[in-house]
Amino acid sequence: MRFLSDTYVVFLRALRLSLTNPTWMFISIMQPILYLTLFGPLLLEVAKTPGFPAGDAWQVFVPGLLVQLGIFGTAFVGFGIIAEWRSGVIDRMLVTPASRWALIGGRVLHDTLLVIVQGLILLGAAYVMGLRVPWSVVVVGLFVVGLLGAAFSALSYAAALSLKSENAFAPLVNMFALPILLLSGILLPMSLAPFWLRIVSDANPIKHVVEGLRAVFRGEIASPETAIGVVVALGFLLLGAWLGVRVFKAQTK
Amino acid sequence: MPTPSPDLIVRARGLKRVYKSRKALIEAVRGIDIDVRRGEIVGFLGPNGAGKTTTLKMLCTLLEPTGGEAQVAGCDLLTDPEGVRRRIGYVSQSGGTLGDALAGNEVVDHARLYGIPKRTAIERGKALLAALDLEGIWDRKCNALSGGQRRRLDIVMGLIHEPELVFLDEPSTGLDPQSRANLWDHIRKLRDDLGTTVFITTHYMDEADQLADRILIIDHGEIVATGTQEELKKRVSGDAVTLTLADAEKAEVAAGLLGELPGADAPIIEDAVVHLHVPDGGAALPAILRLLDRNAIEIAGVAVKRPTLDDVFLTLTGRSLRDEAA
Ligand SMILES: Nc1ncnc2c1ncn2[C@@H]1O[C@H](COP(=O)(O)OP(=O)(O)OP(=O)(O)O)[C@@H](O)[C@H]1O
Ligand SMILES: [Mg+2]
Repeated sequence: MRFLSDTYVVFLRALRLSLTNPTWMFISIMQPILYLTLFGPLLLEVAKTPGFPAGDAWQVFVPGLLVQLGIFGTAFVGFGIIAEWRSGVIDRMLVTPASRWALIGGRVLHDTLLVIVQGLILLGAAYVMGLRVPWSVVVVGLFVVGLLGAAFSALSYAAALSLKSENAFAPLVNMFALPILLLSGILLPMSLAPFWLRIVSDANPIKHVVEGLRAVFRGEIASPETAIGVVVALGFLLLGAWLGVRVFKAQTK
Repeated sequence: MPTPSPDLIVRARGLKRVYKSRKALIEAVRGIDIDVRRGEIVGFLGPNGAGKTTTLKMLCTLLEPTGGEAQVAGCDLLTDPEGVRRRIGYVSQSGGTLGDALAGNEVVDHARLYGIPKRTAIERGKALLAALDLEGIWDRKCNALSGGQRRRLDIVMGLIHEPELVFLDEPSTGLDPQSRANLWDHIRKLRDDLGTTVFITTHYMDEADQLADRILIIDHGEIVATGTQEELKKRVSGDAVTLTLADAEKAEVAAGLLGELPGADAPIIEDAVVHLHVPDGGAALPAILRLLDRNAIEIAGVAVKRPTLDDVFLTLTGRSLRDEAA
């Protein structure tokens, strides 16, 4: 019980801080819409090329954007926790009896909620542009976005809080972001790639999440691809939770 | 888990902390013993880098000791850190509020992490803010507060759950004299009304002198002195006696005579002025005057100065007095 109420307090505090920052809210709402409107039309053309996977262009493009949102919507939250650490907030919270799981969990929950709301906005905009999928797909899509969001939020906190420096954290995020983005078929499906690139991308776990979600959007919710995708996303979440709590506990070492 | 001695709220033995920096090992705290009785206000003094913050962080469960053991507020520091956390308050040297957050929200959220209901937190928060002259900041962003206001907000947050023991790391840095006096009053009231034990570090000698019941002095990671202000002052330099003679020619003779007094150090001559230290200046003065009178040395002026805590501090930790003695 204490764990839940502590998590709730940390969650609400984070949410209040976000809501008092209108610029930031505006950007996070606009981002998915910009992607759809500025990149979507391009993709409609690409969809005509041979080798483009089954399903209409939106069914291929939107799952990729959702995965991207889950990862990059939360990958930078670490900057916030460095600021909190620097202003002494982390130490102040660590000296309370609050569960260490709650201290990171409440923050992760906040980031997850935001990323799910962004996902909903993205899907709404995609509907306007012509995406037609059943509700069950929407639910699974948002679930996967939530899993990834939670995982990368926790990973971001863990990395940032152990580095404690924006100058070290920023290049680290970039180092991971580029291969994840390029080798996962998030923006363009890997079926368009030459053979060697496809093999390399198979080693990228995120690629399997994207493939899984594309299967869902094709209506194949009960497919092995979907299962693999969800399991990989869950794996990231477990890794994130484990590392996150470890780093929080290490703060008092 | 009861402590061996129930009236000791802090009992640390051999507490030690070594920081691993890139190459060097920094021995910040070198195996210190600390005893604090329930209801005491203890002043923890030491020059910059002496190890005060490190010690406090260890006692507050924020930093694992490299060695040693401690019971804090009845709980074992190493095996029951959560028990310690529940019973203590801590105000860190560098503060703990986020600039973008509203002051009132930070106070309430902090209280709720101690399991205090929201309504109680608001009530207590407002009362505490008022007690420290901070009415009207509830809806202000923390970075819109002045340095001293923000510092007092930190203190409010450290006290919000009415802990039985509170660690204050230089709480009065940046406070104007009036706010400082107000803070002292509040700390005394805490002790008198709630029986709160206060462990406070400070660089202000007058603060330690007036507020603390007992003082610990730490230097280079070791406790170099403990005791009440009076005990420390007696122990160290003794009183300074300054005699101005009517005739500078007699200074040598006077110094020779005075150096024979019980407990006196070697007098220093400066023209017609003779400086010396004796254990108790007030009691020694009649004997000094009689001695000089008997030898027909005329005195133009006398001054006796009681040592201040500053003198004690300098003697124990500072270079200046050590260099003089050498
Ligand atoms: N995180 C750290 N890593 C390495 N060394 C540290 C660290 N924190 C403190 N030190 C070193 O440990 C020693 C004690 O530091 P501490 O902060 O406890 O001093 P202090 O008595 O609180 O000083 P001040 O009056 O300046 O606050 C110093 O030599 C300091 O440089
Ligand atoms: Mg300090």
